[in-house]
Amino acid sequence: MMTNFLVLDLRTRTMMVIFGCLLLFSGIFLGAWLYGEQGQTTNLPLRKLPPGWDRPFGTDWLGRDMFARTLKGLRISLEIGLAAATCSASIALVFGLAAATMGRLVDVVVTWLCDVGMATPHLVLLILISFACGGGAKGVIIAVAASHWPALTRVIRAEVMQLRTSDYIKLSRRLGRSSAWIARHHLLPHVAPQFLVGLLLLFPHAILHAAGLTFLGFGMSPHTPEIGTLLAESMRYLSTGMWWLAVAPGLTLVLSVMAFDVLGNNVRALLDPKTLRE
Amino acid sequence: MLEARNLAYRYGKQHSWLFNDLDLRITPGEIVGLSGPSGRGKSTLAKLLAGYLPPGRGSVMVDGRPLPESGHCPVQLLFQHPELAVNPRWKAGDILAEAGPPDAALLRDLGIEPSWLARYPHELSGGELQRICLVRALAPRTRYLLCDEMTSMLDALTQASIWRTVLDIARSRELGLLVISHDQALLGKLCHRTVCYFQSDHRSSACFPAAKPSFVRKAFPVRRDSPAARTDTWAPPPPPA
Repeated sequence: MMTNFLVLDLRTRTMMVIFGCLLLFSGIFLGAWLYGEQGQTTNLPLRKLPPGWDRPFGTDWLGRDMFARTLKGLRISLEIGLAAATCSASIALVFGLAAATMGRLVDVVVTWLCDVGMATPHLVLLILISFACGGGAKGVIIAVAASHWPALTRVIRAEVMQLRTSDYIKLSRRLGRSSAWIARHHLLPHVAPQFLVGLLLLFPHAILHAAGLTFLGFGMSPHTPEIGTLLAESMRYLSTGMWWLAVAPGLTLVLSVMAFDVLGNNVRALLDPKTLRE
Repeated sequence: MLEARNLAYRYGKQHSWLFNDLDLRITPGEIVGLSGPSGRGKSTLAKLLAGYLPPGRGSVMVDGRPLPESGHCPVQLLFQHPELAVNPRWKAGDILAEAGPPDAALLRDLGIEPSWLARYPHELSGGELQRICLVRALAPRTRYLLCDEMTSMLDALTQASIWRTVLDIARSRELGLLVISHDQALLGKLCHRTVCYFQSDHRSSACFPAAKPSFVRKAFPVRRDSPAARTDTWAPPPPPA
């Protein structure tokens, strides 16, 4: 089976990697749903248990199953990441297209906003916005969405500008094609993959920043089993030797973030004609 | 007739005029060569004639009317670098189909294999891609073809075979051709007449027939029998003080 896997061509392997990542994410959602209330209920006789066969991530000081709590935390992280990254990428798409097509003034304004957004330290901006919006999931989503659009905006703006001045678009017009036809057949196939890959690569940022905000106490309320909350709580028990409280959720967070990165890069490879057939 | 009247162009107000008061006429079926030093605006002139750039002054007319803003332009330009003239995300078949269904006989004459049509531009060589662009430019409604160093990246054999096909088509469809090239031997061989604008200042006498080395003249004699076998000379006005 292993040799079989190596024989497969790169395209099939890329597809399998993408499929595996999607499977992992749906597994997180399914697991969090199947565990139901189990992560929240205290079970005092079983408290402070190290990881074992029954409870792979151990239990905390109230006897709550850490595996269930981690799954739930990841699910919340993914939901926040999805909402924030989608908002952010949509803002980037609108701003990028506007800057590239609506004249010099709009371009100057959008570019200036991008520069301001990129020059401000991310975490400071995040804390500020999240705090101003009253914290919670809403605050985290707004903060992450409002601070992550500049990079993708620049990519989309540059892409559209380059396309608009390219010879083959001008040629298309001389062949009698309308602006709508050019937008549909020339621009869209270039911008859509950039948007999709940009969206996927925004996920890791959004998830990490959401967890970071919560860890610092500016995000979700303390009783939500979010990864940031779990990590913040574990800090108090690390000195008593309960290492698994921090290691297990932290590791799963890093793994899911890496999975998104892998997913984004593989989708990009699949959408680019230069690597499509390798 | 494709006609440039008092044409002038400059890239932006702070630049000087590339050319000024330029007149050019190409009648259907006529093959005109255009030579001149690099960087003097040969390609820019081609872009003006095909409607890619708006003239700074003067006008470009086809049969007495300005170039159409929309619809298939009767003047088509072939670029020097075909890889920039095609969408890198499209297969060759889609690239051809943008100008309407390609003519099967034309594909055969230019030696375009059916298997090429399923490939992406980066999977084709420069010569193969230029032939795809040529078929696209030779759509039925094209009446004037401007070839900007069309074959300069090709080897001599391919060059010869492509030009033979293009000349056949130009003859049968009464196309007017403007051939831009540094290769004066090629121009002498192909064209009814050669114009050379864009001489370095005030040296208009250094134009093609006089400058042509004797061995070129021997190998590719200019067809004196053709009614258009003459050379227009043109000197740029002195630069404004």
